[in-house]
Amino acid sequence: MKELSVFDIIGPNMIGPSSSHTAGALKIAKVAYQLAPKKIEKVTFVLYGSFAKTYKGHGTDRALVAGILGMNEEDERIRDAFSYAKVNKLNYEFKTSESTHIKHPNTVDIIMEDQSGSTISITGSSIGGGAISIDKVNGVEVFFNGEYHTLLVSHKDQPGLAAHITNCLGNWKINIAYMRIYRAHKGEMVSTIVETDDPICNQVIEAISNHLAVRYARIIN
Amino acid sequence: MNFIDSKELLEVCNKKGWTISEAMIEREKQLFHCSKEEIVSRMAHAYDIMKHAAERALRENLVSMGGLIGGESKRLFFNADKQSVCGEMMSKAISYAVGVLEVNSSMGLIVAAPTAGSSGVIPGVFLAMQERFGFEDEKMVQALFNAGAIGYLITRNATVSGAEGGCQAEVGAASAMAAAAVCELMGGSPEMSLHAAATALTNILGLVCDPIAGLVEAPCQKRNAMGVSNALISAEMALCGIRHIVPFDETVEAMYHVGKSMPAELRETALGGMANTPTGCQLCKDIFKE
Repeated sequence: MKELSVFDIIGPNMIGPSSSHTAGALKIAKVAYQLAPKKIEKVTFVLYGSFAKTYKGHGTDRALVAGILGMNEEDERIRDAFSYAKVNKLNYEFKTSESTHIKHPNTVDIIMEDQSGSTISITGSSIGGGAISIDKVNGVEVFFNGEYHTLLVSHKDQPGLAAHITNCLGNWKINIAYMRIYRAHKGEMVSTIVETDDPICNQVIEAISNHLAVRYARIIN
Repeated sequence: MNFIDSKELLEVCNKKGWTISEAMIEREKQLFHCSKEEIVSRMAHAYDIMKHAAERALRENLVSMGGLIGGESKRLFFNADKQSVCGEMMSKAISYAVGVLEVNSSMGLIVAAPTAGSSGVIPGVFLAMQERFGFEDEKMVQALFNAGAIGYLITRNATVSGAEGGCQAEVGAASAMAAAAVCELMGGSPEMSLHAAATALTNILGLVCDPIAGLVEAPCQKRNAMGVSNALISAEMALCGIRHIVPFDETVEAMYHVGKSMPAELRETALGGMANTPTGCQLCKDIFKE
């Protein structure tokens, strides 16, 4: 168990009204924003469970859009996120789903589309007190929660890639806390997720990306 | 250095001659490898947010997302020195507390302390205490670490979530935290802080979480005002040497058991209590129509 800090108790500093429906929703969307490679043209949010039922009263919709715009939990512009979306030419759409095939009552799918029409999607849950878990990336089941410095590498399924990634991190003296490799089927694209104790710098991302089998690498947090 | 219950906390305070807030700062320094300056300045920022939120509710016309609350802080504040039944200090304290809930429910910036739904209690108590006794900001920020220690022990050994333990866990924890901090502010011992915290928890043991339409508005806002008064009366009793019969750790455990034995309808699901009254159900329909 991770030790509780005094700032987990007197905190987080956040835009209300609800740590799970507002702050947690924003955090999930911010992860999506950090994963997106280029400028996002259009984003679709599919809301499940309690998110689907009460999103308007909790400002979940505004928080999600704010997250896609890269705002943080303390940003007082969240309330006006829709006007900022207009200024930034971000199109957004909300859908609700009755599906009960979800891990947690507060779950959202975020599907982002760039100019060229290519999409990236994530599924995340707000699990209480502003804490989140990311359950899927591009349809493949994963797990991370954004509590650590996190690196996501999308690459081909071939030998030596894990070694390549850990070598790059090692060269920059970044210590790995957890590392997991996910794929839907053998030979398809793989998501490698690395959670580290030390901040990940852009040079590492460049080094990792400098391999033919790597599609992209992103820093979350 | 760490402590996992109030027994260990008291041991460390007595051994080192620390207040509860000093022990909590030391714990933070050691577990998270940061300097006292960093920790204190981060807490000072949280206190600024609390102050700013209470002030906003007195200055602006805030309307909640669900439209169930708005303007209560002003009404209370401007009555505080006229026809107040509670007296000026209590009246101001509840005015600040309901004001922070107005800010929270209108998508303004608050500090979850320990949760967003109970975010009014600590600012209410702290700002009124500071005005009444003229304490410096530094002293108030220090006292927030005392409140943090109590909240940490409740989170660690039970819960502060309404969905898990009802309002007794949320506003219960907030009032226990504020009560303990008031004792330290007034020069009380660590033992007194724990008696005050246990008293505050016991006083609202069993309180359900039944938000109308599932929103953090009503009855949450008034329960924050109640949490303020609960904190102040619990601190007053402890400072006068009135002990809580059952130790703090056992009280926390009892609160946890009561929370777990509550039906789900009474734990934030908006299916019971005030949420399930004909009026509550109608309001829910009105808010979520379209």
